[in-house]
Amino acid sequence: MASLQEYLFISGLLFAIGLAGVLVRRNIIVIFMCLELMLSSANLTLVAFSRFNTGTSGLPDYNGQVLVFFIITVAAAEVAVGLAIIVALYRARQTVNVEDLTSMKG
Amino acid sequence: MPFFFYAFAAIAVIGAICLICFRNPVNSAISMVASFLGLAALFIGLNAYFVGIIQILVYAGAIMVLFLFIIMLLDLKAVERRQRANPLFLLGGIVIPLIFIIQLCAILPQVPNQDSEPLALKEAAKDFYDKDRKPDEQSEIHQSLEKGSLPDVHLVGLTMFGHKGDNSTIKTPGYNFPLQIIGVLLLVATVGVVALSLKKRDSLPENSEH
Repeated sequence: MASLQEYLFISGLLFAIGLAGVLVRRNIIVIFMCLELMLSSANLTLVAFSRFNTGTSGLPDYNGQVLVFFIITVAAAEVAVGLAIIVALYRARQTVNVEDLTSMKG
Repeated sequence: MPFFFYAFAAIAVIGAICLICFRNPVNSAISMVASFLGLAALFIGLNAYFVGIIQILVYAGAIMVLFLFIIMLLDLKAVERRQRANPLFLLGGIVIPLIFIIQLCAILPQVPNQDSEPLALKEAAKDFYDKDRKPDEQSEIHQSLEKGSLPDVHLVGLTMFGHKGDNSTIKTPGYNFPLQIIGVLLLVATVGVVALSLKKRDSLPENSEH
């Protein structure tokens, strides 16, 4: 079994890769996928803390895993709404490139 | 055990790197499935079997199918080809996550670096022993803990829906109210998606002018 630090490092690494994707990529769908990756890496942190916080009973702290369950549910709802927005955007502008969306530029 | 951790962590990280490196969004989506499968395997390695399976079903199953479907619907290949990343964005995209990782490496040594012991299942079984019942009529959680297997789904359900028994160390009021709020949220999301993707009748003549 790997140690807590290694799990947290992997989680932070995945979060950083997702952040890099959000900053570098111009395709709004790939940006959205990177956001999902960042959400998911936060889940890894929660599950790792839940596993290593064996309380008095000697079992993992299941409150953390319930929180992960809620996060996954919210993420599913978020993906559905976000993709509907992307489809509506594509219908209105015929593009998914964020550099073409300049109507809020001063 | 560490071998499996490193293998699946490598799958997750390499999948994530491929996600941001591939030009074609379909390749990105497929490598994201690999990343999520690696992540689910890490969850299962952390004895969180329920969360791992949910991760595979919801993320690698439902969400990625939705992404692939939208990519297919919009037919993005031609759009992606002319894209050339702005070097300034590229610089920011490398420097900012690098700063984040350096901060992470600075803060990690302060975390207690415990190697997790295997769970003490037999001892934990005592907490779920119900004195009012006969030994062979004990709850499922107690029985499987006695047998040395972790009844992960039952324990998640116990935490989520609450427990009023006297002999258990888990005495949470449960998450019934948050569950109902999540249900309302899903309903709102469903209605919102339908409303967003509905074509407005009166705006059709405007669109045809473009």
